[in-house]
Amino acid sequence: MSFLLAQIELRDRTGGTDSCVLENGFCPTWIRENLSEYVEPTQRHLELVVSSVALGFAIAFLLALLAHRRRFLVGPITGATGVLYTIPSLALFALLLPITGFGFLPALLALSGYNLLVIFRNVMAGLDNVPAEAKDAALGMGLTENQVLRRVELPLAIPEIVAGLRIATTTTVGLAALAFIAGAGGLGGQILTDPNFKSNIVVAGGLCVVMAILLDLLLVVAERVASPWKRATA
Amino acid sequence: MDAATLELRNVSKQYPGAAAPAIADLSLEVEAGEICVLVGPSGCGKTTAMRLINRMIELTGGEILLDGTSVHSRKPSELRRDIGYAIQQIGLFPHQTIAQNIATVPKLLGWDKARCTNRVEELMELIGLPQEMAERFPAQLSGGQRQRVGVARALAADPPLMLMDEPFGAVDPINRERLQNEFLRLQAQVRKTIVFVTHDIDEAIKMGDRIAVLKEGGVLAQFATPAELLMAPADDFVEDFVGADRALKRLALERVRDIELWPARMVQVGDPNVKARELAAQSPTGHVLLVDEGSRPLAWLNERDLSFDKVGPHKGRVASVEVDDLLRDALSDLLQDQVLYGVAVDAEGRVAGILSVEIIAQFLGDQGPGHIEEAAAAADRIA
Repeated sequence: MSFLLAQIELRDRTGGTDSCVLENGFCPTWIRENLSEYVEPTQRHLELVVSSVALGFAIAFLLALLAHRRRFLVGPITGATGVLYTIPSLALFALLLPITGFGFLPALLALSGYNLLVIFRNVMAGLDNVPAEAKDAALGMGLTENQVLRRVELPLAIPEIVAGLRIATTTTVGLAALAFIAGAGGLGGQILTDPNFKSNIVVAGGLCVVMAILLDLLLVVAERVASPWKRATA
Repeated sequence: MDAATLELRNVSKQYPGAAAPAIADLSLEVEAGEICVLVGPSGCGKTTAMRLINRMIELTGGEILLDGTSVHSRKPSELRRDIGYAIQQIGLFPHQTIAQNIATVPKLLGWDKARCTNRVEELMELIGLPQEMAERFPAQLSGGQRQRVGVARALAADPPLMLMDEPFGAVDPINRERLQNEFLRLQAQVRKTIVFVTHDIDEAIKMGDRIAVLKEGGVLAQFATPAELLMAPADDFVEDFVGADRALKRLALERVRDIELWPARMVQVGDPNVKARELAAQSPTGHVLLVDEGSRPLAWLNERDLSFDKVGPHKGRVASVEVDDLLRDALSDLLQDQVLYGVAVDAEGRVAGILSVEIIAQFLGDQGPGHIEEAAAAADRIA
């Protein structure tokens, strides 16, 4: 575990004379004065989440399109991404580090890997739930297979695809708190620099929660814009 | 685009591994502008036969010619853009507006935006939906409205041939009847060649110019006009399928004005009774009909009513039917009024002739025992 310990530098607190701070309490004054310490880790965390969800989505989406046309691939891909999903993150980092070295890359790869299963399954579910009669009508009117995919199946699968992205994003915000182990920084590192100090835990943890909620909201809005028909009822 | 002719030549479809073919040696010729109904019990291959035409299913034998050209000489997707396609489940795209749905094929054909918009407006008008509905989504329409949009979408690029698979199957009976009538009116305007699939013999008789009755295994049992089918079923299967009430069904094919009525013997108030009595004697009903100056019926008069010099005013109950009524409905009216004959009137209420149960029986021309002329002769003999 030496690689793990290497990533943690316990820091001295500034403003250590305050009694609240000395007692490891929740200190609004300290938080106000030290908030700037959290900006860089938050940015880093956000970068990790966005880029790993994006990469995971790109891969899972392509796999889903492939499996949509070649149904026999559904089982193997679900199995493989499922296995990936069960590997403990700590172990995955340890496996990746000798290849990639410390830094952003191993964290990105591991977090993307965890997103594959959820996104793949949701894209598949979205494509499978497209009404058969809409596909039949589309083909019967002379759309090619690709046109059916682009103009009918994918637009109709958007709600389920976005649902997958929402789960992936929320879990990745949490998982990314472990990315500091691989040397990628983020709010997890911030938590562990001073794990006994309530103020630190509340701010770093709170930022994770806020980030998860904001990203989720963003996706909800995006879905509503992309599928206005979902809300249209007689 | 003008309507196309369609010919199926010895078409067969055999699924790999299946013991019997789904379609066996099916030959049909459909003339341009005609509605050809494929009808039969479920599993008879009527939908399969239809889907062979636009190559949604590929045939395994024979040939299908659209305007004399084999459908296999073209890419399926291009072929299908020239063939209207409407199915029972409609299959509107839920994520597209009504206008976008209707413009599907025009867009595929590369029409510009203005032309698509014009066409959508035209079709909304044709199917009787308000223009503002064009911007709604399918979920915001009623079942009947969606069916109409499905038909409009199939008509959008003005295809010379339309395939319709139970297009009114999913709506309630009242709306179905309305949609059928609307569609027949529409067809009178657009005059497309149409292949129409249904399992409902009444719908087939109503919609079809010609009807192909299929039986299990896609075997053609009979290909005939509705009247021929009802008058002379080719075999027991067809006879069973058209139903025990086929005589009544035939009455639904003709209107009162289509058959020869008895001439009405009419008098007006003030006419001499001598003349009226003469007329009554000539009348097959033994009565004369009192009419007003506008030839509208007032009352039936018998010998007793004609005892004075001149015809006086009378008021009575006169059963009447309209010349535009279906014979079936007219007969029903007569039975309802418990009379053997009634006055046929035109749209203005003027007398056109007399319709009797006897005339209707003669029209059906059944030559079996109890035939009406025979019965009359027998009655005479007894008398």
